[in-house]
Amino acid sequence: MRKLPRLARLAAFAPAIMALAACKMEVLKPSGDIAERQKDLLLTSTWLMLIIIIPVMALTIWFAWRYRASNRNATYKPDWDHSTKFELVIWAAPLLIIICLGALTWVGTHLLDPYRPLDRIAEGQPVPDQEPVRVEVVALDWKWLFIYPEQGIAMVNEMAVPTDREVEFSLTSTSVMNAFYIPAMAGMIYAMPGMETKLHGVFNNPGEYQGLASHYSGAGFSGMRFKAHAVDQAGFDAWVDEARASGANLDRAKFLELEAPSENVKPTPFAEVDPELFDRVVNMCVEEGKICMAEMMALDAQGGTGLAGTINMAQLTHDKETRRGVARPVFGSEPFMVTGFCTPADSLKMFADLRENAPTVRKDQTPMRGIALPRPENRLGIEMPRIIQDARRDNAAEPKL
Amino acid sequence: MAIPANVETTFLLGRLNFQAIPKDPIVWVTFVGVVIGGLAMLYLLNKYKLWGYLWNEWFTSIDHKKIGIMYMVLGLIMFVRGFADAVMMRAQQAIAFNGSEGYLNAHHYDQIFTAHGVIMIFFVAMPFVTGLMNYLVPLQIGARDVSFPFLNNFSFWMTVGGAIIVMASLFVGEFAQTGWLAFPPLSGIAYSPYVGVDYYIWGLQVAGVGTTLSGINLMVTILKMRAPGMTMMKMPVFTWTAFCTNILIVASFPILTMTLILLTLDRYIGTNFFTNDLGGNPMMYINLIWIWGHPEVYILILPLFGVFSEITSTFSGKRLFGYTSMVYATICITVLSYLVWLHHFFTMGSGASVNSFFGITTMIISIPTGAKIFNWLFTMYHGRVRYDLPMMWVIAFMLTFVIGGMTGVLLAVPPADFVLHNSLFLIAHFHNVIIGGVLFGLFAAINFWWPKAFGFKLNVFWGKVSFWCWVIGFWVAFMPLYILGLMGVTRRMRVFDDPSLQIWFIIAAFGAFLIACGIGAMFVQFGISIWKRNEPEYRDETGDPWNARTLEWATSSPPPSYNFAFTPVIHGLDAWTDMKAAGAQRPKADYIPIHMPRYTGSGVIIAALCTVFGMAMIWYIWWLAIVSFIAIVAYSIYHTFNYDRDYYVTAEEVRAVEDARDRQLAQGA
Repeated sequence: MRKLPRLARLAAFAPAIMALAACKMEVLKPSGDIAERQKDLLLTSTWLMLIIIIPVMALTIWFAWRYRASNRNATYKPDWDHSTKFELVIWAAPLLIIICLGALTWVGTHLLDPYRPLDRIAEGQPVPDQEPVRVEVVALDWKWLFIYPEQGIAMVNEMAVPTDREVEFSLTSTSVMNAFYIPAMAGMIYAMPGMETKLHGVFNNPGEYQGLASHYSGAGFSGMRFKAHAVDQAGFDAWVDEARASGANLDRAKFLELEAPSENVKPTPFAEVDPELFDRVVNMCVEEGKICMAEMMALDAQGGTGLAGTINMAQLTHDKETRRGVARPVFGSEPFMVTGFCTPADSLKMFADLRENAPTVRKDQTPMRGIALPRPENRLGIEMPRIIQDARRDNAAEPKL
Repeated sequence: MAIPANVETTFLLGRLNFQAIPKDPIVWVTFVGVVIGGLAMLYLLNKYKLWGYLWNEWFTSIDHKKIGIMYMVLGLIMFVRGFADAVMMRAQQAIAFNGSEGYLNAHHYDQIFTAHGVIMIFFVAMPFVTGLMNYLVPLQIGARDVSFPFLNNFSFWMTVGGAIIVMASLFVGEFAQTGWLAFPPLSGIAYSPYVGVDYYIWGLQVAGVGTTLSGINLMVTILKMRAPGMTMMKMPVFTWTAFCTNILIVASFPILTMTLILLTLDRYIGTNFFTNDLGGNPMMYINLIWIWGHPEVYILILPLFGVFSEITSTFSGKRLFGYTSMVYATICITVLSYLVWLHHFFTMGSGASVNSFFGITTMIISIPTGAKIFNWLFTMYHGRVRYDLPMMWVIAFMLTFVIGGMTGVLLAVPPADFVLHNSLFLIAHFHNVIIGGVLFGLFAAINFWWPKAFGFKLNVFWGKVSFWCWVIGFWVAFMPLYILGLMGVTRRMRVFDDPSLQIWFIIAAFGAFLIACGIGAMFVQFGISIWKRNEPEYRDETGDPWNARTLEWATSSPPPSYNFAFTPVIHGLDAWTDMKAAGAQRPKADYIPIHMPRYTGSGVIIAALCTVFGMAMIWYIWWLAIVSFIAIVAYSIYHTFNYDRDYYVTAEEVRAVEDARDRQLAQGA
């Protein structure tokens, strides 16, 4: 008897708990325009599919009941096994749905491509003529490093951006693959060692949002969380100033220290960052003396250094001592690296060349007409059909937003 | 916690030393349990002198029916292990809140989710599906055995070898902590220095040889050994789906083997295929493994689509609606399954055009799949549907699977995938299709063909208990995961910081408990049925307890070793229904001797040597690796000189068996 009231109380709480949980559906109730549109697409696709799923489920139950063996009133045609009409319907109905869904997918995928600069800040709110906030993100073992190149600061396991400003994330990792995910802002994208991926997003509502690593990366994976603060411009400036006040400097040596595995790291600010740091992480040459990938590729593009290049090998002491593993392949050589021979001026120029980004080009991206998509280039030199030529002429003077 | 990477190696034992003993009390308790259970089994085997029986009648058997049953037993045993992992994960996630670390440390937990995936796919679903095909395909096409009977036995024991390697990792060393596909660089030597990933690689390589060979075997069997008159378009649907599955196996497993070989080279001799540095490209591994991995899910589901077709048609008492479109749908799925692998990593940064191409091809697969669902629906339409256990599972499948299919298409929309990838929504989706499709189908198949295999039916009451526990348990366990996924909760998390999520994990854990009841009830069902197998309500004297339609029901239950005394001649689909309608009688005179393959122990021995080789490679025991490799080659050559490979079942023996069947039929009538 004592248990019953408690159960009843629990039952009374259940809807409350459900409601509470419902508020937390970050994917369905995001606060960034990209995530919002991703959600719209998700819901539209769901409704589209329900057009066919619900009748199928209903038919299943109806047929299962109607044609039960005990129901002798139902028609029984043991040899009926073909009907062109039905066959047509059962292939055509899903096909039609998939055609609609396919069109949505094609357009949606292009419009919401994480590499694509935003075309609007929110519904009916164009992107102001303002450079995006740039954030460089490095997935470390097991924490996130956020570098703000324009502000010259860095932060571990915490980030802040102004609301209604486009944010351009450049992502990489130092050791293994990971994925960067702020459910309320935009989708996730992998952060991979030696590579740079991009993600564009925006926060429309101020608040504190969860961010996490969503691709399993080893023992400390669960603790690789951070808070993303969406604040107004004043709040953002204050946040930056706070980081600047910390006084710590993130140079290459400090980065190598930071890179060593650690778990559940508290937010740590850095007042200064080596401006080359992110490029060096992407090119895997943070360590003193190690060749940058870009440099090696440039050498290779010119035909490589041939046999002479082999004298540039040195033991990879950094990877051996501070990274997670210290093993070497049982039959392989000791881990080695190739030493770089760029002068600081060379590497400065190299990174400057890498950074030589074309200015952000935005287009009028009215969905569903397809003009958001890059026009096919006439690479084959074939005379374009008249209608396409006309279309091109129409859009020739594309407004640059 | 984690085992140091620079483990001393010795000549005699390689890396194997006292550090290899796990330091985890949970593992010790399991070990003690396994030892006690193992000793008890050994004692019973000795007491009842079953060694000879097991070896002569089962282990060395190259009868496709016995091998099929052994595959199912293997799947069932591994299923218990894989499910134990699942329960441990659910328990961990249900309690690791509010600062609690749960009861599993990262080293242990990460092995568990890796092992759960590997075991459930490679050593539960694959053996179940292969076992089913092995048992049924020759019977359905009126053959005496598969094309290469010895190879069949060898394939089975290679699968067992792989399973043994994976199971050994529980007590000696560790298993991989990488997730079930072991993506590099995490699975490279730099980040997974100890034996875990090596266990993974060699377990899959040994089992993979078995799977590939069995794929070739069944494909050739279906192409070459059909009874006269059975053209391709008169094959039972299950055989058709088995055929497509084996094509997929033959075309995709070599990719897995090669990918794992490249990873092995990276780990053992320091090549740089998938490393970060020196020109390696981990993205290549991800592409390659999914080029295998996506067809793999169709390898699992296609034969079950066949099962659903057979069962729906049998229990509706009606021909299958749209046989031709069913076959073409299967072929469509087979081809399309190779064009969609990229949807597993839309988030890796391919351009929008590439992503949308693969998204749309993925959606296109839902068209033939949808057609199949409609075909089953219209098979029930104008039928007389009997709700025996197999048919109950089919209805549960249809209602469950469409939801899984829908969420699958949802995940194929790249922008939606960007928010749902790697989330618990994804986990819920693929459990929805694998449990709702593959497992429900297997349970349907087990209930349906059990009387054929053993000559007695399964208990209905416990079957229904199991059914309801499973179906309700499934929804209770995985609906919360869909919801959690929409809250932005991702997979493989060990601890959580947001307490409001806990309630959902507790519900999910309760669902897992219900499923556990379902599994328990299933074992009770098997036990009771075996116990009461001689009671009249369980016995199947006719060989056709369900009034079924395909050829396997034309012979006795269980079928004689040679399947059919005379190879049947086929005139149309639903061969057995036609025979029954025409009142065809079994020919009863002029029995002729039947040519059959002879049992051999070579398969067991070569597979055992391969397993030893795998273990030696894992532990760097080079002398043992060399010795076992030479032994494998030598024994294989020796086996080719075995000329005593076949024998004849004499006409008198056939007559004796067939007369016994006549008496049985007369008794049943």
